[in-house]
Amino acid sequence: MSDNKYNPNELLICIASRLMEDNATCFIGTGIPMLAASLAQKMHAPNLISIFEFGGIGAQLDKLPLAVGDMRTFNKGLVAAGICDIMEAGQCGFVEYGFLGGAQIDIYGNLNSTIIGDDHDKPKVRLPGSGGGNDVGSTCWKTIIIMQHGKRRFMPKIDFITTPGYLSGPGTREEAGLPPNTGPYRVVTDLCTLGFDETSKRMKLLALNPGINMNDVVENTGFELIIPDKIEQNDVPSTEELRILREEVDQDKYYI
Amino acid sequence: MKVISSGIGELIQQPEINAFREWNRTQKPKALIDKRMSEKEAVSQYLKDGHYIGIELYGTVRAPMSLVREIIRQGFKNLNCAGQGVYESDLLAAANVIRKLDWTYIGFEVYGLSNSARRAVESGFIEKVVEWSNAALSWRFKAAAMGVPFIPTRVMLGTDTYKYSAAKTVECPFTGEKICLLPALILDVGFIHVHRADKYGNCQIDGISGFAAEMARASKRLIISAEEIVDTDVIRSQPDRTIIPYYYVDAVVEAPFGSHPGEMSGLYERDEEHIKNYANDSKDELLVKDYLNKWIYNTKNHKDYLDLVGKTRLKNLRIERDKS
Repeated sequence: MSDNKYNPNELLICIASRLMEDNATCFIGTGIPMLAASLAQKMHAPNLISIFEFGGIGAQLDKLPLAVGDMRTFNKGLVAAGICDIMEAGQCGFVEYGFLGGAQIDIYGNLNSTIIGDDHDKPKVRLPGSGGGNDVGSTCWKTIIIMQHGKRRFMPKIDFITTPGYLSGPGTREEAGLPPNTGPYRVVTDLCTLGFDETSKRMKLLALNPGINMNDVVENTGFELIIPDKIEQNDVPSTEELRILREEVDQDKYYI
Repeated sequence: MKVISSGIGELIQQPEINAFREWNRTQKPKALIDKRMSEKEAVSQYLKDGHYIGIELYGTVRAPMSLVREIIRQGFKNLNCAGQGVYESDLLAAANVIRKLDWTYIGFEVYGLSNSARRAVESGFIEKVVEWSNAALSWRFKAAAMGVPFIPTRVMLGTDTYKYSAAKTVECPFTGEKICLLPALILDVGFIHVHRADKYGNCQIDGISGFAAEMARASKRLIISAEEIVDTDVIRSQPDRTIIPYYYVDAVVEAPFGSHPGEMSGLYERDEEHIKNYANDSKDELLVKDYLNKWIYNTKNHKDYLDLVGKTRLKNLRIERDKS
């Protein structure tokens, strides 16, 4: 514990970073996952194998990448390959974790990053699209989603399923032809950490962030969460985490 | 093989693999021919309105920006495009170049949405958007590169990305499981920027190769820009590094700082100030017009553009070991 002040992004990065295991293969998307991976390498997971979609494998993330294809994604890396090598490794089951963001999420962890609105051909807002999101959500063993909490983001029905979560419930991923035993594992937000019930595949609350109570989470979620009897507490960012994050990971203040 | 379902998206480009074979036999010389020319010559010779194009890698990383600026400069208004992009796709959308898109990602990374692409879609100027994932688009190139009409994959299944694509789901004839078939994507013209090429078009890339290998092989016409045109002896001294053999290539354009304002692995960093300013300007349609005028329409060619950027600024972008 520490008395340091921190902002919501810093908390999000620290909590996501703690989920990254040493020696695990992790598919890293743009933004917060990059910061979390860099922090994890400098804290508890020096041998975290970062995998970037355009070909970078096993980089030492001394400098924060700004793009999933930039040269920092293979800085002192093990391999500089191409997108097909990466996606095919995922399809063959070599990638344990995939870290993703999204604009909207539903109770089964399906993600939207394509459009806002109900007509694909005449969207209210055109978003960036799947990119590698769908590939990661389809093929990584465990997907970890990082996003801001809010009713307009945690919705009963999202406008478009860009990336598959548990689709419409137990068995539906397999029914669609997706690889068995894959799917969303955690959702990390500025309010809490969520998981998925093993049987119903519905989202459930696992841990609250410092200073957040259960009502905050319920009020900011547009669907009914499973609330177990025992709920953990996420630790505040430690002095060391904040120091590394500010002084080494994001010195140029792109995100924090 | 039983087709279980089909995406409702338009198949913009048909996977005509026999025509592609004939083309490759008759239109692609196998002799070693000097293919050097300027951006202007390459684009005017090989690109026609109505063509379907692809641009590798993407806007801020090893993208053929001198060629993209030339496409805009020549005033094409009716191109279809493989939509995997950042800054370069935003520019093409801003200049009203694109009519139909196979879309996987068009955004501005740390700076958010692609404002020009967004306006072009929301206003209906871009007539058709067909959805894919990144892997799907690259695998579609791979299928074309293999000379087969489709490739089976395990992505996109069960989602709206699939529903609004032109993929199909079939029952696998070997396992009986559902599998997603992606149609081969054959480009009319592909554009790729590389570190070095010889005058015949043998190309080498340092660092990650993105989807250069697959897209090069999926292009009926392939225009290469290179940071440096080297003697063929340089290629011959490390043939294992050649990622694109000459016979895929139709034009070789020498373009130092050809990826500016994007980066080039090992050579120069991205011009963050330029990219950030453009990302900000792109929120306002009028500022985008000013940008296009200043950096593209009012510059004659790539040399003119680099003069406008300025020697000192370019020198400062060079990576340390090359600064001597």
